[in-house]
Amino acid sequence: MLTVRNVSKRFGGLAALEGVSLDVEKGHIYGLIGPNGAGKTTLFNCMTGLYGVTSGEIHLDSAPIHNRKPHHIVHQGFARTFQNIRLFANMTALENVMVGRHPRTHAGVLGAILRGPHTRAEERQIHDRSLELMDFVGLARKGRTLAGHLAYGDQRRLEIARALATEPKLLALDEPVAGMNPTERRQMADLFLRLRETGITLLLIEHDVKLVMGLCDRVAVLDYGRKIAEGAPESVQRDPAVIEAYLGGAE
Amino acid sequence: MLDGLRRHPTLVFIALGILLAVLPFLTGATLGNSWVRVLDFVLLYIILALGLNIVVGYAGLLDLGYVAFYALGAYLYAWLASPHFGIHLPFWAVLPLGAALAGLFGVLLGAPTLRLRGDYLAIVTLGFGEIIRIFMNNLDHPVNVTNGPQGINQIDPVSLGGFAFAGRHEVLGMTITGPYFYYYLFLAFTLASIFIAMRLQHSRIGRAWAAIREDEVAAAAMGINTRNVKLLAFAMGAAFGGLAGGLFASFQGFISPESFNLWESILILCMIVLGGMGHIPGVILGAILLTVLPEALRYIGDWQRAALGHVVVDPNDLRMLVFGLALVLMMIYRPAGMIPSRQRKREFAAEDGVAEQEQASLYDTKA
Amino acid sequence: MDIFLQQLINGLVLGSIYALVALGYTMVYGILELINFAHGEVTMIGAMVGLTVIGLIMGLAPDLPGILVVLGGVLVAIPACMLLAYSIEKVAYRPLRKAPRLAPLITAIGVSIVLQNVAMLVWGRQYISFPRILPEGQYELLGAHISYLQIFIVVLSLSVMASLWFLVQRTRLGRAMRATAQSKEVAALMGVDVDRVISATFLIGAAIAAVAGVMVSAYYGLAHYYMGFMLGLKAFSAAVLGGIGNIAGAMLGGMLLGIIEALGAGYIGDITGGFLGSHYQDVFAFFVLILVLVLRPSGLLGERVASRA
Repeated sequence: MLTVRNVSKRFGGLAALEGVSLDVEKGHIYGLIGPNGAGKTTLFNCMTGLYGVTSGEIHLDSAPIHNRKPHHIVHQGFARTFQNIRLFANMTALENVMVGRHPRTHAGVLGAILRGPHTRAEERQIHDRSLELMDFVGLARKGRTLAGHLAYGDQRRLEIARALATEPKLLALDEPVAGMNPTERRQMADLFLRLRETGITLLLIEHDVKLVMGLCDRVAVLDYGRKIAEGAPESVQRDPAVIEAYLGGAE
Repeated sequence: MLDGLRRHPTLVFIALGILLAVLPFLTGATLGNSWVRVLDFVLLYIILALGLNIVVGYAGLLDLGYVAFYALGAYLYAWLASPHFGIHLPFWAVLPLGAALAGLFGVLLGAPTLRLRGDYLAIVTLGFGEIIRIFMNNLDHPVNVTNGPQGINQIDPVSLGGFAFAGRHEVLGMTITGPYFYYYLFLAFTLASIFIAMRLQHSRIGRAWAAIREDEVAAAAMGINTRNVKLLAFAMGAAFGGLAGGLFASFQGFISPESFNLWESILILCMIVLGGMGHIPGVILGAILLTVLPEALRYIGDWQRAALGHVVVDPNDLRMLVFGLALVLMMIYRPAGMIPSRQRKREFAAEDGVAEQEQASLYDTKA
Repeated sequence: MDIFLQQLINGLVLGSIYALVALGYTMVYGILELINFAHGEVTMIGAMVGLTVIGLIMGLAPDLPGILVVLGGVLVAIPACMLLAYSIEKVAYRPLRKAPRLAPLITAIGVSIVLQNVAMLVWGRQYISFPRILPEGQYELLGAHISYLQIFIVVLSLSVMASLWFLVQRTRLGRAMRATAQSKEVAALMGVDVDRVISATFLIGAAIAAVAGVMVSAYYGLAHYYMGFMLGLKAFSAAVLGGIGNIAGAMLGGMLLGIIEALGAGYIGDITGGFLGSHYQDVFAFFVLILVLVLRPSGLLGERVASRA
């Protein structure tokens, strides 16, 4: 589904990514782990169009998406969340999700002003679908709360709902359980599994190795901007290079 | 009391409708006919402020050259409906043209500059406003396009089926002058503008604007083509400006570059800031206050004359001073305006260091 | 040829004044990332105060040599502008240091309006002429003229710039300023009193603006409450042209803008076949500004603006 080929990214002279290649298969939960500063978020930003790549290629279902604008990539069916939650804090939770419907709807200025039957139907559909998604992530009753006022865990959930509103086939989550307690983490893991059941492929950056190992179908490990291992969680866990770079330090 | 009003919205609407319908006569009878003109200007400024509010309030783009679009609309009206070129098109043909021309210029100016950070955009638009003004002042030779600083006069008044909105008419035994007719014309346009502004705000496009204002990167990550959507805001705001310009030209019958200087842009910005950016009732209140206040300030001159025998400080000189102070004080003490929208209230308390860094990187892609 | 040279000289003189004002914009922007819209008005106040003092001195000591009188005006204008800029920063900008970007910019515009109108109330709406007390005369250079006043302005500007360069590069305060421009947080951790550095930046910028204000009114022979607006805009354009935040860039940008303007005004008639005349002089600054922002937002000597968020 997603192919990353030899992607490098330099900031000035500093290499953040060097020749990274990944293959994410449809229907998988794919984990991306690595120590702080390993280049995980940089890779995410390259994939989702926030950064251009210095060299290499990224394809989504064989369509090239490297160096494309973020909105274009979302249209292709690739949505994301942010490590440092980036909600529209002063809009309500529901409005946030409704914004996510943008790429899948069409009403323009004229439609907005005239608000004909077509636009009204679309607005209703936006509204209803957004409520469904809020419900799906477990925020059914929080629609009218300002996004910035939600509890931390709810904000993470809302970001996922907002990303889901764009109808992604691939959803990239940047440390979605960071700062959560074990109960919340379990709920999130459950949400991820439910997402996979709906046919969405997940790409997960995570620090919580246990969660990644328990949840992911496949895992890649980044260190200093290079991929040092990739494979099934159990095999990666036993990889000496990984233990050296990451697990060894952590345990 | 308020609750009662809320339970009977139709009653409120009817009462408001009646009030708006008789307002010029009420004003003319109590404050004098000159105040009917003030009333007309209030409506004109509401249209302008609503337009700028789309750009600044909804989309969060600081446009300091807004008056340039106002000028474009006014000059287009003057060119197409005055003896200057000997063309006399009817107002219903010229007004949309003016709005369209202004909108087009909005896109032309916005396209290269909207990728810049907010404060740069402010200065570029300000420069654009000055360029337009310099051209207005100097394009009287070798071909007389704008008639230079003298401006263009004898602009056709709005007329409907041979009924000109200028001069005196006998209606139902009453003598009614131009400003009364224009009041109703402007009122119609103002109500339409309010309607459009409200519809836009609560639409897919309006949400996209708000999203961009809140966090441009996140907006792009939601599949919003930030550049186009910002351009749209710019064009819409400019079109409002162009429309108001046309109305102004026909109402005054005379325009000159003097009417379109930077301070006019700032005045309109003040209206939005004062009332509450992004919030339609706030913007309307701001426009009313800042149009009426200077007129009321004239009385200070009368008081001075009465009390001291002569005018010590010309109230006209005080006007801008008061506006400047108001801008500073509002930003420091009530940055969200007098009637803020619930969204803006917190926005002005927020900080966004990381946001901006990533926003900068948004334009890093080699698309 | 002599027209070209003449316009080049005129442009250089004007440009050195732009450069001085541009320094104030660029230093403040470098540290606070604020477009200190009121800086042009500070320059105007400098000119007004300077002229008033010059008038007073001439009344008290009519026999004093003109250059000393002007110097006296400058010496009073400098502290006046410094006090003004210090208060502006403290009252209007400091409370908003953590606010989103639009808020301080709107405040700056408000301050600018206030200063303009206060100046109008104090000094009136009419143009104030600069007394002809400076030695008049000129040299000839390859068919072009350069007056004593022009030489004086260029020399004074260059020495101000040289002193600033020394201050920023070689003194403790300069080092603190550079550190603060890089990162306020880190500088604070390293023991730099950031508030003091910011105040100092405003003070230095204002002192330079005072010099520029008196010189520009001497050059044009008049001062006016509205003069700061256009001057400020052009100086800001110059700062952007050179690369905002970059001190050498402001100097280069100012000089270049002055030359572009002078040459543009001299030749626009020929270029457009007489369609546009030298009235359009003021347009060049804005075209330059827009072109720079569109083509090379970092300016000539700047880092990429976009990456300096």
